[in-house]
Formats: sequence, C-alpha cells, structure tokens
Amino acid sequence: MSHALFETLLRLGDNTLILGHRVGEWCGIAPVLEEDIALANMALDLIGQTQMWLALAAEIEGKGRSADDLAMLRDAWDFRNVLLVEQPNGDFGQTLMRQFLFDQFHLLQLQALTDSSDQRIAAIAAKAVKEVTYHLERSSDTVIALGDGTSESNSRMQTALNKLWPYAGEMFVTDPIDLESVEAGIIPDPSTLRDAYMDAAEKVFKLAHLAPPEGNFAHSGGKTGFRHSEHLGHLLTQMQWMQRAYPGAQW
Amino acid sequence: MTGFSKQWPLWEVFIRGQHGLSHRHVGSLHAVDAESAMKNARDVYTRRNEGVSIWVVEAAQITASSPSDKGPLYEPSESKVYRHPTFFEIPEEVGAM
Amino acid sequence: MYAQMVKSEATKEDPAMLAAFQARIDAGEKIEPKDWMPEGYRKTLIRQIGQHAHSEIVGQLPEGNWISRAPTLERKAILLAKVQDEAGHGLYLYCAAETLGVSRDELTEMLLDGRMKYSSIFNYPTLTWADMGAVGWLVDGAAIMNQVPLQRTSFGPYARAMVRICKEESFHQRQGFDIMMKMANGTPAQKRMAQDALNRFWYPSLMMFGPSDKDSVHSSQSMAWKIKMNTNDELRQKFVDLTAPQAEFLGLSIPDEKLEWNEDKGGYDFSEPDWNEFYDVIQGNGPCNTDRIEARKAAWNDNAWVRDGMLAHAEKKRIQKEAAQ
Repeated sequence: MSHALFETLLRLGDNTLILGHRVGEWCGIAPVLEEDIALANMALDLIGQTQMWLALAAEIEGKGRSADDLAMLRDAWDFRNVLLVEQPNGDFGQTLMRQFLFDQFHLLQLQALTDSSDQRIAAIAAKAVKEVTYHLERSSDTVIALGDGTSESNSRMQTALNKLWPYAGEMFVTDPIDLESVEAGIIPDPSTLRDAYMDAAEKVFKLAHLAPPEGNFAHSGGKTGFRHSEHLGHLLTQMQWMQRAYPGAQW
Repeated sequence: MTGFSKQWPLWEVFIRGQHGLSHRHVGSLHAVDAESAMKNARDVYTRRNEGVSIWVVEAAQITASSPSDKGPLYEPSESKVYRHPTFFEIPEEVGAM
Repeated sequence: MYAQMVKSEATKEDPAMLAAFQARIDAGEKIEPKDWMPEGYRKTLIRQIGQHAHSEIVGQLPEGNWISRAPTLERKAILLAKVQDEAGHGLYLYCAAETLGVSRDELTEMLLDGRMKYSSIFNYPTLTWADMGAVGWLVDGAAIMNQVPLQRTSFGPYARAMVRICKEESFHQRQGFDIMMKMANGTPAQKRMAQDALNRFWYPSLMMFGPSDKDSVHSSQSMAWKIKMNTNDELRQKFVDLTAPQAEFLGLSIPDEKLEWNEDKGGYDFSEPDWNEFYDVIQGNGPCNTDRIEARKAAWNDNAWVRDGMLAHAEKKRIQKEAAQ
C-alpha cells in the first residue's frame, strides 16, 4: 500500500508544484496590477499545498527525503503531475484557460478528499478546498469574461481551449495505482469525477461562447510519468538549478 | 501604443477588520464591475488576514463634502460644548458617572 | 528613495493663498485631494508619487527574475509574496496619485514613453541567488530610510499609502538579511556569492538617495512642502551607519577602503559612489534599462486585449441588466 500511497501523494503534490511554478512566472508582467496580485495569491496557495502534499509523501516514503528534496532533486520521469499543468503559460488567456480546466477538476477532487480514509489527507484537503473554491470562482469568471468580451478576446480563448482541451482527459483516467488508493478509501476514483466536471465546464463554456473541440482524444503520460511533454524538463532546469548547482547547501 | 482605449473604473474599498468594528476605508483599486472589484479587494487588501467583511463602492458614486463648506458644515458644532460629558462637573463623592 | 531627483515645480499663485497653504503645512495639517493647493505642489507630487509607483512595479522585475529559481519551496513562497507586495505598493501609490487628477493609465503611458522615471537601482541585474539577499537587505533597507519619514508627508493620500507600505515592507529587509545570513554562514561558495552580491549592490544602493545635497537643486521647495522629509546626504549617512555593522555581523566586507568610524561626527566616513555612473543609468544607459522598459511595454501592450475584453464583458452585463429592469 505504501507505494501506491506515495505515488498518489506525488500526483497531488506535483500537480500543485508545477502549476504553482507556472503561475508564479506571471509575477510582475500581468495585464493589470490587480491581476498580478491575484495570480501571485493563487501561486502562493498552490506552493503551500505542495509543501503539505510532498512533506506527507516524503514521510510515507520513509527514506529521509524532504518535500524540497522531492521537488528539487527528481528528474522529469519521476514527476507525476498531469500534462495539463506543465503546459507553458502562453498568453493570459491560455494561462487562465489552463487554470480553469485544472481548478474545476481540483475542486471536485479536493471535495472528495476531505472524506479520505487517511486523516492526514483529509486535513490537507480541508484546507486546500477553501483556497481552490476561490481559484475556480476567479478562473471561471475570467474565462467567461474574456470569452464574452471582444471578438479578439473570444478568439484567443477559443484558441486556448482548442489547444488545452486534449489535456483535460488525463485527469479522469483511473489506473492501477489509483485503484489501489480508491479501494483503500483514500481517494475518489478519478473517472467518477468526469460527469460533474463536464456539466460544470459546459455551463462556463456556454456563458463564454466557447466550444471544446470535437472528439474525446486525450493526451496521457504525465500522471504515470511514462511520457511527459518536453516542457517539463525545461521547467525543471530553472526550478532545480540552485539545488543541482550547489548540492547539499542550505538556503 | 495600444491599450489606452478605456481605463477600468476606480473603486473605494472598505474593510471590517474584526467582528464588531465598523468598516474602514483602506484604499482603492481598479475593476470592471462590482463583482470583480470585490474579488480584487480580497486579493489586494486582505493578504495579511486583515478583514472579515468587505465593501466596495465605485468612486464616482461617492458624494463628498467640499473643503470650502468647511465653515458652515463643521464650525457650528464647535460652540455646542454642552454635548460633551466633560462640560459637566460632578462632585467626586458621587463616584463614576 | 524610489524617487530620485524629482524636479520641484515653480508656483505662481496669489501670495496670500500660498502663505496660507504654507501655514497649514507648517502647522502639520494634512492636505487632502479636494483642498486648494498650488499647481506646483500638485505637479511635483504627481511626479514624485508616480516615480515611486513606477519604481515599485519595475522593481518587481529584478526580483521576479529569481522566483522560478528559488532554491527551496519556502524561499520561493517568500520571494513571490515579497514581489507581490511590490505590485501592491505600486497599486496603492498609483491610487494616491490618481487623487491628484491623473489616471493610472496616463502614468503608465508616461513611464513607457520615457517621460517619467523610476529608481536607478532597478537597472542593475540580479545575477545570483545572493542578489535576492542583497536587494532585500540593501535596497529595501535604503528604501525604508526614506519611506518611514514619508509617512508624515503633507499630502494625506500619499502619507496613508506610505503607512500601509511601511507596515508591509517591514518583512522585506529582514527576509533579505536572512538570506544573507544563511549564505554568509554556509559553504565557501555561498559566502563568496554573498560577498559578490554586496560588491555589486553597495554603490548602486548609495546612489538610491540621489546626488549629494550640494548638487541637488530641487530639495528646498519640496522640503518646505513636506514632500521630501530629509536631505539626500542625511539619509545616505544614516543608511551607512546602520548597514556597516550589519555587514560586519555577516562577516562580509563593504567594498570601500575608506569606510571608517569617525568618532567626531558620530558616523562613518565613506566613499561617494561614482556619480557619472549614476547619471549614465538615469539617462538610460544602465545595464538593464532597455530590458526593463521592454518588459513593462510587453506586459502592457500584449495584454491590452485582456483589459479591453474584461471591460467589454462588464459593459455587456450592465446593458443586459438595465434592459431587464
């Protein structure tokens, strides 16, 4: 069990780690100061959640590694985040579309995790669920506003949706690792979150005058670590630079 | 140069710091409408756990008194000293009142 | 200190009104946006508050440069929160300037086309993680010297913004010093990196206070108006007096052979920065001037569609709501 639990925690923590890193890249260059500050708040929430998930993962692993070791010293193939969150920021519309697509899943996932049979996971989820409720409110409102706004903003949001929609499906794939955790009552079965997700997303897209592309194609390989996108490696070259260049130093 | 088409309206932000206190003006921000002003206020002005309640008011909706009316508006009350408790002398033996 | 060499405007109003205005300031009264004020006071304030605000947001860039490379999750969060605060400070200051009848968009336009300036310090590059320590310790330390007295400045909205800023700013210098302490007590490589950062940021930090009083032409009117609270040299001396012992505590050397305690004046003697370099930087020839302005222009221009889109949506919602009533 502890292997599946460890992997499950990495999936949770790597999603927030990588997305938090990406959102943090906006600091100082957002469309207006109010958005700059809001994005930084979101990144800070995600980094905080990462610290909790990865600390628990390290504890479960029991090999003396810390949350920082897990974040800064694993190579790309050991990361377990979904492909969606490692996609580059693109323009502001692409960033907010990625955020909405993840937030909607994240909220459903966390709501279910508050009932986890593992008390430590339930406690982290209970804290995170409040933060993510707000993230979703903000990202869905922004997707609607920009989808509805001007013809340019609508077309940029449609482009973002076309590009990112094929990465949404991976969040709902249930694999053997998931099943083991599901059977232990630790996590919800990802595939069971899909209907609620699709309903909610459809409502937002309707208000935003956007339509997801046809077909059910979904990229995969992130959460299993089998095949990440090329983007993750570049992200890690920055994120891990200090720990790689100065091994063992304390900061 | 692009992007100067039209600026987002200015909003004034009032925050209740603790339960039981009144809302206090803390600053301003820009937002396209009341809902987003509320969210921006949350993000900008409560980062350090400063509040339990927020009001936002579009700055253009505020009616302010004019400095030139200062005399007629505020000076008449200066002479009504009997409105203040210190106006009345109560003998010490009466105790707290 | 994010405002350097702010030119005071001459003022030509009725002498009686000017005298009454000066009397209010001398009596310690706050001037509020709707009060009568000399045109020169208004213009000088717009220039100073604007420059201060621009410095905050341009100042996000050199530190933002390291958010993606912070060495630990905690350092990443702290740095992000710190740079976010700079955005907040810029926002408060723009709002204070707006009470004087200039919009944030107009101020932004003036920054981008070079009509308005920002502090020289942000035209220096941040090359290693130790620079996050040096910037927090020295640059924020220098800024605080000036910002604390500005809480008592005569213009109400500016003073109130400064109160809020100082409250938030108090963690900034400490986090910088904390980074320096960790490195100064760390491996030889870390210590070398910390010393290198101090070497590069020392003189640019001294420049933040602006030229020497004897060459500073705009001070007296601004000081009479209580827009500027101390002279450049006073603040620079105070900064050196506070910082030198801190460097000693860290076991780092300030790159100035002339730095020495002077018992008679009760302060340190120290070398002046190279003022030619300072004038080069403010005239656009600092190491990063071009990059900084390009980054601000890109953030503003490339995202115009977002600002327009959000506004258009709000407008549509408003019209729908009115139609429904």
